[in-house]
Formats: sequence, structure tokens, C-alpha cells
Amino acid sequence: MEWTFTVRIVLAGSALLGLTGGVLGCFALLRRQSLLSDALAHAALPGVCLAFLITGSKSPEVLLAGAMVAGVLGAFAILAVIRNSRIKEDSAIGIILSVFFGAGIVLLTWIQKLPAGNQSGLDRFLFGQAATMGTDDIRLLSVVAVLVLCAVVLFFKEFKLVSFDQGFGVSLGLPVKLLEFGLTALLVLVVVIGLQMVGVVLMVATLVTPAAAARQWTDRLGLMLLLSGGIGAVSGSVGALASATLPRVPTGPAIVLVSSVILVFSLMLAPRRGMVWAMLQDRQVERRIRRENLLKDLYLAGERGTGFTSWVTLPILMGYRGLTGAGLLRSARRLVKNSHLERSGDQLRLTVEGIREAAKVVRKHRLWESYLSRRLELPPDHLHRDAEMMEHALSDEVVDDLDRRLGYPECDPHGKPIPREQS
Amino acid sequence: MSAADIVPTTGLPAVEVHDLTVAYRSNPVLWDVDLRIPEGRLVAIVGPNGAGKSTLLKTVLGQVRQTTGWVQVFGETYATRRSWVGYVPQRESVDWDFPTLALDVVTMGLYGRIGWLRRPGKRHREIALACLERLGIGHLAKRQISQLSGGQQQRVFLARALAQDARLYLMDEPLAGVDATTEKAIMQILRDLREEGRTVVVVHHDLQSVPEYFDNVVLLNMRLVAAGPVDEVFTDENLQRTYGGRSTILTRAADAMFASKATRKE
Amino acid sequence: MNDTFVILLVGCMVASSCALVGTFLVLRKMALLGDAISHSVLPGIAIGFLLTQSRSSLVMVAGAGALGVLTVFLVERLQRTGRLYADASIGVVFPALFAVGVILISRYASMIDLDLDCVLYGEIAYTPWDLVVVAGKTVGPRAVWVTGLTLLLNLVVVGLFFKELKLVSFDPGLCEALGFRPVRLHYLLMALVSVTVVAAFESVGAILVVAMLVVPPSVAYLLVDRLILMLISAVAAGCIAVFAGYGLARMVDGSIAGGMAVAAGGLFILAFLFSPRYGLIATWIRGRRATGSSAGPNSVL
Repeated sequence: MEWTFTVRIVLAGSALLGLTGGVLGCFALLRRQSLLSDALAHAALPGVCLAFLITGSKSPEVLLAGAMVAGVLGAFAILAVIRNSRIKEDSAIGIILSVFFGAGIVLLTWIQKLPAGNQSGLDRFLFGQAATMGTDDIRLLSVVAVLVLCAVVLFFKEFKLVSFDQGFGVSLGLPVKLLEFGLTALLVLVVVIGLQMVGVVLMVATLVTPAAAARQWTDRLGLMLLLSGGIGAVSGSVGALASATLPRVPTGPAIVLVSSVILVFSLMLAPRRGMVWAMLQDRQVERRIRRENLLKDLYLAGERGTGFTSWVTLPILMGYRGLTGAGLLRSARRLVKNSHLERSGDQLRLTVEGIREAAKVVRKHRLWESYLSRRLELPPDHLHRDAEMMEHALSDEVVDDLDRRLGYPECDPHGKPIPREQS
Repeated sequence: MSAADIVPTTGLPAVEVHDLTVAYRSNPVLWDVDLRIPEGRLVAIVGPNGAGKSTLLKTVLGQVRQTTGWVQVFGETYATRRSWVGYVPQRESVDWDFPTLALDVVTMGLYGRIGWLRRPGKRHREIALACLERLGIGHLAKRQISQLSGGQQQRVFLARALAQDARLYLMDEPLAGVDATTEKAIMQILRDLREEGRTVVVVHHDLQSVPEYFDNVVLLNMRLVAAGPVDEVFTDENLQRTYGGRSTILTRAADAMFASKATRKE
Repeated sequence: MNDTFVILLVGCMVASSCALVGTFLVLRKMALLGDAISHSVLPGIAIGFLLTQSRSSLVMVAGAGALGVLTVFLVERLQRTGRLYADASIGVVFPALFAVGVILISRYASMIDLDLDCVLYGEIAYTPWDLVVVAGKTVGPRAVWVTGLTLLLNLVVVGLFFKELKLVSFDPGLCEALGFRPVRLHYLLMALVSVTVVAAFESVGAILVVAMLVVPPSVAYLLVDRLILMLISAVAAGCIAVFAGYGLARMVDGSIAGGMAVAAGGLFILAFLFSPRYGLIATWIRGRRATGSSAGPNSVL
């Protein structure tokens, strides 16, 4: 790849578009307007063509002004159809999207047959041609980027409220309608600017995909905007470079593919929300349950027999839950490391600390049984299985509350003592 | 089907629920419900909002999966007894702008009997019309459903249930938002169904009319408070226990269940 | 065959197929799933070209159709994880697949005989010249065969499953309770949409097929009150749009498929304004009458 002027222009343009698209895309995503932005991209096409037909100019400012007008008109048309007929939102979006686009195509094909139309270059709005960008385009893009970012910074609080809870915004006396219009107008602006770079179809992805990826990493809007802008900018740059390096790979699709990969990665790996994360967490919980069960089994054996610190053999423990020896030892290893257990050959016993941990589990179990029996008046045969589940799920805080409400009972419904710390 | 038809009794409980726990994010929770609904009764399910009344119906219908426990309909699984069960969902659950006529909606109740691929015929439309007439709205058969009033839409749903010719009816708030005349008409139909030996289970929200309308009552608030004949169970004390506030422990315990998916699997 | 006749015939058959499946999409509020499918079949078509080196093979239609169903599956899986909103799941899936398609076509342009512009708005004007030759004899334009068979398939499936599709569209809960399988019916419909879209793709392109899927059924939705009538009027509206669109395109010497979309839009505006029952003007007059006499039929409940 040669580090030519064109490459630098395209790189700068893609990064800028990714940044602004990513930031505004967050609002589109949160306001459930992902597909509205898709419709706006399609609706802009006839505006571009009409602007050219009327003025005969193909300067970016003129064409974009036309696109702006058509985009806003499309947005209003969708609203008007939903409000004034039985047509539902999804159909309304589909109608405006396809009919406006159809009109654009008719105009475009007409223009191409005009004497002056052949070199109009309007067809770059269809698939986007980042490679044809010039310094004029970059200048315009920078202006739009600065405008959008300033607006978002200045009105962050208000935009946040409008995206989250319009009714509350109205009750605070905010000009919700105006703010919504402002957000939609900014969206149209970015869509229109992006059209000539990534094209009609892929525009929605430069808005929504980075935002969807960012959403996985954070629950806070401010951070989400930053992340989304960052993901957009990175996708733009990497996509532009890929397109410049590899033969015959258009820029727009390259950008979208990069951001889509980032999205898949985020859906998988983001902490807490990611799917891999959730899977690991499930495994951890399962392991913890097995450990708690082992502690509890030892405790119960002690309760029945000679005392809590007496040795119990593996075969006996295996018998309680039909577990394999290997599985038991795997759980035991961690408990030995935490000095909850001591192991000697195929025998295990609780340490003082282990007894305390086991007592916690048993307390949860027996308190839950007491609760079910006394408050829900369930018959005795319903108590155990439910408590087996809840002893691993209830937090200490809930259990303390439960204990207090039940008046610190001595025994569970089966007459077994409920262990308590320092009591 | 005529009013004189008597459904043979099975001697089995219409619905039997054992140790049922349902805990899903989108539905109200149910804990350890044990319930037996006898055959041939008119039964109300009563409880505050979010008590899990609709959840209970949907679990019987297999539309919501339980965490633990089991459900039987006339001694078998719901899948086996599907054709014995008629369901009347809440009126808001469908789009009344759908381009279809009242008669068509009632005919849908017969689709199960008609089976895959075959078309409803003249005979089926006659049955459907008879059902509409039983609800007193035979003259609205050719009306587009969005042109009906709320009460009329509810009657259409009831007529559809009649067309299903089921032994057990599960109805989610059939009396919600209907006028007094419609309420009377619907209750008459429900009583007729009971006289024919069918079992009718209704999610109900008006406590005052329970003793007048129903034989049995199920008091529910995330757990089963009480169930049985109205004169035994529908007491001030039980009502106090049903409506005396949400159990915060149960809500928090349910949250704890969601938080650890692994415990749900057990 | 006369060229104009072939174009109109293909147009009408595409419009009719789209109207049949589109009606159910509109009623089930899944119009935009149709939009998504229409875009994401592109990589399927491109891969089909690469593998078979021809555009007429059944493999291509099947492959692209499978990709359409895959789109629906991906969108629904994403939604069900609870990590993305429904609309955003659509909005991220189809551009990704479309991007793959565009890259494939540009990279292997020498092997894929598919003009990118036509991906967006089709090349119905050329259909009369692309003929099928069987055993040395030409048996007519290929598009006529492809769209004709698709229409037949649509008629058969919608005819056979009319009752079931109606039930699942109106009340999925009852559909389930009566033992009909809502999920299977859903995928049957989606497979049908996919095949229809692939067949229409070359004639009208990815975006204008959306016009055919959504606009005529919406026109019908504003006009009639019975499903069967809605299907018939949607087909009729689609065919009228084809004729009017062809005339319009001829007038300005522009894209025929684009003209059809515009004509469909024109029909929609007419229905939106003048539909006797649901049109803007009728509603407005009824509203005035109701407030005038204070006890209009709509103010009872």
C-alpha cells in the first residue's frame, strides 16, 4: 500500500464518520430508531437527485442540502402515516424507505441519460465511494463532526432524558418535541454525510453496529457514547486501510465488516453481559454449589455422628449424592486450599473455618424450610428440595432478614437446630 | 353442540398442579403451588396485580415453562389433553385491526378439530354462527372485528371458546372492561357450561361478585394462599392474607434465583 | 414474445408473489424482516455464482433462500439473548451480510456476472433477452420461468396453509393451544419470503422488492376487511403498480423497477387519503360527525 494523499484523505474521512456515526448511533439505538435511520438513508436519495436537477451543481453542500430536506421529509412522512392510519410502524418505515428510494432510482437513471448527467457521479450515493473523496468533503465532514459532538456535549443531559423517559422530560418542562427534532435532524445530517462514503444500505450499520457493541460493555450513557465513537473510529480506520491494501475491496463494506466483527466479539466477551462471561459464571456457580454441598454433607455427618471435626471417608460422601470420587476430590482440593477442609488419604474433615462456612449453608437451608412451612404453610414434603436450591442462592442479607422476621427460631420444621454464629 | 349436551365425567381432577415453581424474568413469580381443581366447577382465580394469575394459566397451557413441579389436566399432560382444553386470552393480546370478520374468529376455535390443511366448511361456519348466537351477537357475524365494541369483542372470544367444545376452559379476565349487560350474558354462558359438566377457570378481579358468581375460588399471591369452595375459603382472614401486601422475601428470593442461572437448572 | 409483454408479465408475477407473502409480513408486523431478508440473500447469490458459474441453477436459489432463513434465525437469536433490542438486531445483521455480498462481488467480479447497481434496482428491462435453451430450443425468457414457478409455489403454499397462516398471524397463542406449530409456520413463511426475494432479486433488485413486499399489502390493508380480500387486493395493487410504473419509466426513460415502486407509493397515497373506511378524509369526516352529534358509533366504548 502506498501512503498516498488519497489514502490519507479516505482514512481521515472514514475515522471521522465512524466517530460521529458511533456517537449519534447510541441515541438511535436507545430510542429504538435503528431502522428509522435505515429509512432516512434511503429517503435521502431523491433529495440528492432533485438538488442536482434543480441547481445543476454537484458540489457536496448543494447535494447534501437536498438529501437533508428529503431525509427530514421522509421522517415526517413515517410519523404522519403511523399517526393517521391503521398502518403500523414497521410497514410505515418499509413503505417510505422503498418508495422514496424508488423515486431516487428513477431520477438517477433519468439524470444519467441527460447530457450533463453522465459525469454527475451521483451513483456513488448508492454504494458509497470513499475513494473519490476530496479535501472539500473532508472539510464538510469535519464541520459536521464538530457540530454533532458539540451538540451532544452541550445537550448531553437533555438528550439522555429524552432517550430514556419522554414523559418525565415533559413533566420537567423540557421542550421534548424540539429536542427530539434536534436529535433526528442531527441523525439525518450524519446519515446524509455518510451516504457518499458507505452508501445507502450500509449507512445503518455505521450508526447502529458500534452503538450495539458499546452497549455490551457499559450501562452508562456517557461511557457508551465514548466507546461507541471509539469503536466507530477504529472500524472506519481499519476498514479504510484494509480497502487500500487489499485489491478490489470497497471501503464501505470493509468498515461494516470490521465493526460487525467488533460487535460479535463484544457480544461474546464483554464482562457481565457477554455470553462467554455468562457461561463462565454459570460454571463458577455450579462449582460453588458442589463445594457448599460437600461442606454441608460433612457438617450433617458430624451432626449425626461423633462431632463436626471427625474424619469421613470418600465412599460415604460419594454415597450421599451419587457423585464420583474424582468430582468430589476436585471440589475438595479448592476447599483444602482455603483451609476449610483437611484431607488425609481418602478421608476428609472440616476445619474450624470449614464448620463456620458449612453452618452458614445449613442455616440458610433450615431457615428457608422454616419460612416455607410457617409462612407459606407448605406441607413437610415440599420443603427440602426447594431449600436445597435456595441455600445456594439466598444472600446473607436476605437470610438475616428472614431470621429476624421468623423471630430467630431454634429449630427447623423437622426439629433440627438452626446454627448461628456466636450463639 | 346443544345446551342439552352433557359431558361425561372422568372422575379426575380437571387440573392438578404439584409443587409448581415458576421464576422467569418476564413473568410474575409462583412459588410451590399445590392445587387441585375439581371437575365440573366454576372457579375464580383471585389475587392482586402481579400475583401470578395469568402465569398460572399459561403454565397449565405449557406456554410458560415451570422451574420445578408438574401440571396435569384430567390426569394426563397438557400435550395429551390439548383438545380438551379451551383458552380465552386477555382481549388485548391480539390485534383487533386484523382484517377478519367476527364469524371467522369464532371459526378459528374449530381449527383444532378441522386439522392441518383442510378448509373450514359450511358445517363449521354454522357451528360458529350458533356459538355467536348463544352469546347474543349472531347479527354481528359479518362485522369486521375492529368495528366491535370492547364488550362485543369479549363475546366473540367467548363464542370462539364455545366452538372449541372443551371440557376445561381457562379464561384470562373475560369480564375485564365489559359493561353490565355483557357481564351478565357471559356469566350465564359460564353457568351453562358448568351445567353441561364442563370446568371453567376464570381469572377474576372483582372480589365482590365472587360469592355470587363462582363455586370455588383460588386465592393467589405469588404462592397459593387458599383454594376450595367459596363458602369455606373466601373468608376475610384469607383475603387479608392474599391482599395484605407483597412478600418482599419471595420477591428477593426470586431475584436471587434469576441471578444464578445454575441454581435454576437443579 | 413481445418485449413489453415479457417485462409486464415478469413484473406482475413478481408483484403477485410478493403481495401474497408480504400480506402476512405486514399483518404480523414483520415488514422489516422482509427488508432484512431482501438484503442478506446477496452473499448467497454471490456464493451460488462462484460455485456453479451460472445464474440459472437451482443451487443458487436454494443457497440464497437458506441465507434468508439464516438471517431470520440470527435476528431472533440475537433478540432472545436479551442483549439487543429487536430493531437493532435487524439493523446489525443485514448490513453485515450485505457487506459480505458486496465484497464477494467486487473481489470476484470476473467470475460473478452481476452488476452491483442492479443489485439495488434490478434489470427488468433486460429480462426479455435472457432466454432459456432446452435441448437446443429456446423455451422463453428465463425470468418468466423463474418468477412463474415462484408464483406457483406461493399460490400453492398460501392456498394449502391459508387457515394456519391466518391463525398464527391473528393469535399465535391460540395457534399453539390448538396444536398447530407457530414456530414451524413462522419459518415456513420466512422460507417462502426468502425464495420469493431471490427470484425477484434480478428483476427488481434488493430494495425495490421491499416496495413490492410492503406497499401493496399496506394499500390493501387500508381498503378491505377480510384476509382473503386483502390478499386479492394486494395482488391487484401490485399489478396496477407494475403497469403504471412501466408507463412512468417509459415517460421519463428511467428505471422500470424504480417506476414501479413510485407507482406503488402513489397507490398508497390514494388509499391513505381516500379509503372509504380507513382513509384520512373518511376518518376526519367521521370524527367531525361524531363530535357534532356527540353520540357517534365510535364514542360508545
